[in-house]
Amino acid sequence: MKDNVLNSLNAGLRSILESAPEAFIMGEDILDPYGGAFKVVAGLSTDFPDRVIPTPISEAGFIGLATGAAMRGMRPVVEIMFGDFLMLAADQLLNHATKYPWMYNDKVRVPLVIRAAMGARRGYGPTHSQSIEKHFFGMPGLVVVAPSPFHDPGALLKSACVEDHRPVLFVENKLMYARRLQRPDADGLVAGMNVRSSGGRYPTVSLSFDDFAEADVTLVAYGGMAEIAVEAATTLMMEQEISAEVLLPSSLNPLDLEPLVDAVKRSGRLVVAEESTQTAGFGSEVISSVLPAAFDRLKAAPVRVSSKNLPIANTVTLESEILPQVADIVSAVRRIL
Amino acid sequence: MSDPRQRFENATGTIPERLYEQMALIRRFEVRLLELFEEGVLFGTTHCCIGQEADCAGVISHLGADDVIFSNHRCHGHFLSYTDDPRSLMAELMGRLGGVCGGRGGSQHICYDNMYTNGIQGGIVPNAVGMALAEKMKGSGAIATVFIGDGTLGQGVVYEAMNMASLWSLPILIVCENNEWAQSTPTRLELAGKITARAAAMGLNTSEITSTDGVEMYEHFAPIVESVRRESRPHFALINTYRLCHHSKSDDKRPRDEVEARRVDDPIPKLRARLDESTAARIEEIAAERVEDAIKWSREQPFPELGRHLDALDLVDARGVGGDSGQVQS
Ligand SMILES: Cc1ncc(C[n+]2csc(CCOP(=O)(O)OP(=O)(O)O)c2C)c(N)n1
Ligand SMILES: [Mg+2]
Repeated sequence: MKDNVLNSLNAGLRSILESAPEAFIMGEDILDPYGGAFKVVAGLSTDFPDRVIPTPISEAGFIGLATGAAMRGMRPVVEIMFGDFLMLAADQLLNHATKYPWMYNDKVRVPLVIRAAMGARRGYGPTHSQSIEKHFFGMPGLVVVAPSPFHDPGALLKSACVEDHRPVLFVENKLMYARRLQRPDADGLVAGMNVRSSGGRYPTVSLSFDDFAEADVTLVAYGGMAEIAVEAATTLMMEQEISAEVLLPSSLNPLDLEPLVDAVKRSGRLVVAEESTQTAGFGSEVISSVLPAAFDRLKAAPVRVSSKNLPIANTVTLESEILPQVADIVSAVRRIL
Repeated sequence: MSDPRQRFENATGTIPERLYEQMALIRRFEVRLLELFEEGVLFGTTHCCIGQEADCAGVISHLGADDVIFSNHRCHGHFLSYTDDPRSLMAELMGRLGGVCGGRGGSQHICYDNMYTNGIQGGIVPNAVGMALAEKMKGSGAIATVFIGDGTLGQGVVYEAMNMASLWSLPILIVCENNEWAQSTPTRLELAGKITARAAAMGLNTSEITSTDGVEMYEHFAPIVESVRRESRPHFALINTYRLCHHSKSDDKRPRDEVEARRVDDPIPKLRARLDESTAARIEEIAAERVEDAIKWSREQPFPELGRHLDALDLVDARGVGGDSGQVQS
């Protein structure tokens, strides 16, 4: 088995089913031999036939069912084939799953995990390539988690399912599935950088060219932008000896501000990269949250790097022009140095 | 744990008397609610079920302690049949800490033992079907019952849920109270075709009753609830009834003569006619006393404060403990 994101998630799901009898999986086209559109659930229906439930094409309906089941003691893990389809279930998340715990005065819990394959760069076009999680992380009561190859995706998924008692949207960038996990080499380095983790259930991973002492800029990214941000950091170092410290949160909501604030205080410069469009997005949120705590240390105005405010085109030339690339991050950094 | 079936079986008196106890309490409660609105002690709005009380008592008296029930915006009657606890509902409507959800939910958003309600049309049906799925997976033998109105049949998610309920043979009873109106819209402007045919097309068992008589309703639902439980099959039960009050608070613009003509079907005098005068009067007196007690008690309850619970992601239970991994006390 390749040491990649896909297999990590698959192993995480298997471990969930093995260890939590109240867990089950629901979604479209998840039975073997097909095993899900991106094969994340491959093999599980064979080994757990009663606990992998193939659904009709009814996103609102089965997220609604999963919510009800979660309120009655189960731990459903729902697969949304393309994250773009999550909007069909927006009401179930907004007015049902995330409302029940608080509005019922904490009498119920909704331990529900929704895995959604987001992201572009595979030529799926305008309605099958988006990263729409920004529309969900402003929703009170919803945890939004996004693993990257620098995290342990399977372990994050398992924590979300068996330890968290809240509804969790688990964002899987689909380009990432085939990527190798970025584990420390013999010298303890990842991509030639020192690495540390904030710990906790959904850690923020940080990468630094020195020992997290000084940096010219702090780069923040998550999910599918993580490797792109690290590549930008490498380019900046190789070409101009600009030292960027890269921070990769796995929890988009709630946001663990501490490591971000700490890094920005040391560098004085902040660039946030996300695959989604810019308005009311992850970058806006990070910048406005970090700013008050690090304002007096800032040497330049923070910058957002994102996709253009357009649907994501099918053809490769347009798609890559629309999406944020390594070069966009590099030039954003150069602009503020 | 609320056990309406046990409570009904343990009650003394004839079946009509027991039903009248519930229905008279519901009616009295809601008539007083409307007065309290005038007085300004309630928040927002409220949807009364005046005219539909037979549905509440007739269905819910068959449900046991393990059974799950999901209701909608028009839920006070269902709640009182299920819990027999007017105090906690009244306090909730007054926004008090002693209310069933500590004032957070209000009239449409209630949770009590195995009962849940939500004010969004339609979305509760998949939730209730998911609860039936959970009970089936756990092997508890419980069934889930969900109440919807005719207007809610406009929501697509209802059909997604019915399809899955049938596909997976889930123990769910969907009770559709067709009161001929959805807010200000009559059914003829919102519903095409035959209601039960929609459910039958997906393989649900269906039934239909046109009645406001508590005893007829109670007898009608006995075999239905029993069959959902025994066969673990979904059932769609249509009740043709009529709303004798406003939609919410005081917003009734329906033709007056239409409404007046339906007063002959008022379930309260209809059932009362089956009781002797002194028994009926005694039941009404007790209902009135209980409602006044609930009002008095609720007025004395303090209003809630946020305290340290400032983010819906913090799971804090009633004792103020929990953090983000807080379990629910049972
Ligand atoms: C999704 C949604 N749309 C609209 C409303 C506003 N609304 C509340 S009750 C109601 C009418 C519901 O009619 P029906 O299902 O027949 O139930 P009834 O009120 O007659 O009991 C409407 C439109 C709502 N609560 N939820
Ligand atoms: Mg109606």
